[in-house]
Amino acid sequence: MKAASASQTNQALLLRKKYGPLYYLRRDWQLYLLVLFPLAFVIVFKYMPMTGLVIAFKDYKIARGFWGSDWVGFEIFQQIFSKPDFTRAVRNTLLLNVLDLVFSFTMPIILALMLNEVKSIKFKRVNQTLLYLPHFLSWVIIGAIAYQLLSEGSGAVNNLIELMGGTRVPFLQEDTNWLISYLAIGVWHSMGWGTIIYLAAISGINPEMYEAATVDGAGRWRKVWNITLPSIRATIVTLLIMSLGKVMDGSFERIWSLQNKATTEFTTTIPVLVYRWGIESGNFSRATAIGLFQSVIGIILVISADRLAKKLGEDGIL
Amino acid sequence: MKASTVTPAATGKWRIDIYDLLIKFGLIVASLVCLLPFVHVASKSLSSDSYVIANKVFLWPKGFTLEAYSKIFADASILRSLYISVIVTVLFTILGMILTICAAYPLSRAQFKGRRVITFIFLFTMYFSGGIIPDYMNINNLGLMDTIWSLVLPLSFSAFNLLIMKTSLTSSIPVSLEESARIDGAGHFRILWNIVIPLSKPIIATLSLFYAVGRWNAYQDALFYIKHATDLRPLQLKLYYLVIQASESFQLEATTVTLSNPEVLKASVVVFATLPILCVYPFVQKYFVQGVMLGAVKE
Repeated sequence: MKAASASQTNQALLLRKKYGPLYYLRRDWQLYLLVLFPLAFVIVFKYMPMTGLVIAFKDYKIARGFWGSDWVGFEIFQQIFSKPDFTRAVRNTLLLNVLDLVFSFTMPIILALMLNEVKSIKFKRVNQTLLYLPHFLSWVIIGAIAYQLLSEGSGAVNNLIELMGGTRVPFLQEDTNWLISYLAIGVWHSMGWGTIIYLAAISGINPEMYEAATVDGAGRWRKVWNITLPSIRATIVTLLIMSLGKVMDGSFERIWSLQNKATTEFTTTIPVLVYRWGIESGNFSRATAIGLFQSVIGIILVISADRLAKKLGEDGIL
Repeated sequence: MKASTVTPAATGKWRIDIYDLLIKFGLIVASLVCLLPFVHVASKSLSSDSYVIANKVFLWPKGFTLEAYSKIFADASILRSLYISVIVTVLFTILGMILTICAAYPLSRAQFKGRRVITFIFLFTMYFSGGIIPDYMNINNLGLMDTIWSLVLPLSFSAFNLLIMKTSLTSSIPVSLEESARIDGAGHFRILWNIVIPLSKPIIATLSLFYAVGRWNAYQDALFYIKHATDLRPLQLKLYYLVIQASESFQLEATTVTLSNPEVLKASVVVFATLPILCVYPFVQKYFVQGVMLGAVKE
């Protein structure tokens, strides 16, 4: 009886394999109907714009339209590569992101290790709530608060410096200072939020390891160094590689709300240049080309980062 | 603090107690660094002009007054932008969740043929996009420029949220449950509506918050797409023009009080824009933490 039913299902499986796509379409039409809605959305708002990338290879004239404009091959790219603004934008994009990585990457690890040492749950929770707070604010609000605190004329930090007998510092109105403030604000914004993944990784560590280490006479630092850190190594490496894949990205909003007319040296990044050339000056071909340049480098970096992660034995991101 | 006084008695070592205190001190400093900027801005917004001009306000209001706030509430354009932000955020979140569920449910079903290809089509958008200008021209071609739809539609599909939803549906809805519903004659729509959605309420709540807070805070697209229709500016964009670019002035109801210090008004408008987030923050924080963990599972 059992064998018979088994062979029956086997037969059914064999039969089913012969069905064409129409069979599945008929059987699961509701599923296809459901997926059609988001699919249409993605095509209209994500894939249709991609066709607009052709104007990076055309001399786009609004009057002649999208398809009517002349093909110019790589001429637009040659033009932008020779622009000093372009070189500066690429340098700044890499510079800001690499420095951001250096400073913003370690702070969450340190904070997570510190939070892990705290025994009182209440103390921990209050601290976490406060530390996560900056992550929830928009860059406009952060930019506005930054000016309230750091501006040369009336910023609270400068008022404090003056009160203690120092001289006022143009934190946001001078190039190098601006760069430091930009990085510091980045650390401030992400340090608490970044701890979440590390804390989750730490909470997955087997407590018996700590108990064994305590019995063997290991102190606090020894346990952090020999148990906690090695246990979260995989998480650290994965996150580091993911961030490396993003060094060509650039947050427009963050730069845009922190920049001002006095500091142009480091604020010209690729997205800013795209905005200036494209939306402000109406040179769509050039702005599209520089955006495409960034996207292509970006995707190459992501794929390489993924390969690297897999080579090192970590889970990839793709 | 309590724990630290217990430790030396328990272990008999003073050294540990000092480290404990140092760690706690470090954490308190870090937390204060996150909190005090808000305290300062809030104090400034509640102070009277003369103290602010004299740079005397730090962490407590001096010459307490609500004058700046009464000016904000008298400014129709600020209230209008708050209203736009609320409308856009609500529409965006609802649409985003519908799209996410419609995509995630079929893609999480093993019997759904072609899901590899469709998943690729969705997830590819996470790594490659047309970019700012092609998006801009697309919105222009669709005739969405200077409408609230330019803020609602383009970003309402998030591949990242789809991934989280799909992972959650694959792991949390037992196949047997679905199978028994099918045997009872329920179609996919019934299963989705009566079984999957009620069982996924927590993840739906989490992702809705992701969508809502993301939309509330973003201003880049509004900066690009809302150019001429000044009455359609969401709050963040309004804030940008008022405070950061300082190109717009407050529409003061009585022009005779224009002598008031713009710094106080700026501080109070920052507080005004931050308050909605601060009010919901304590309640939504834990959902966000869960969401981050779910997103990390895939990595």
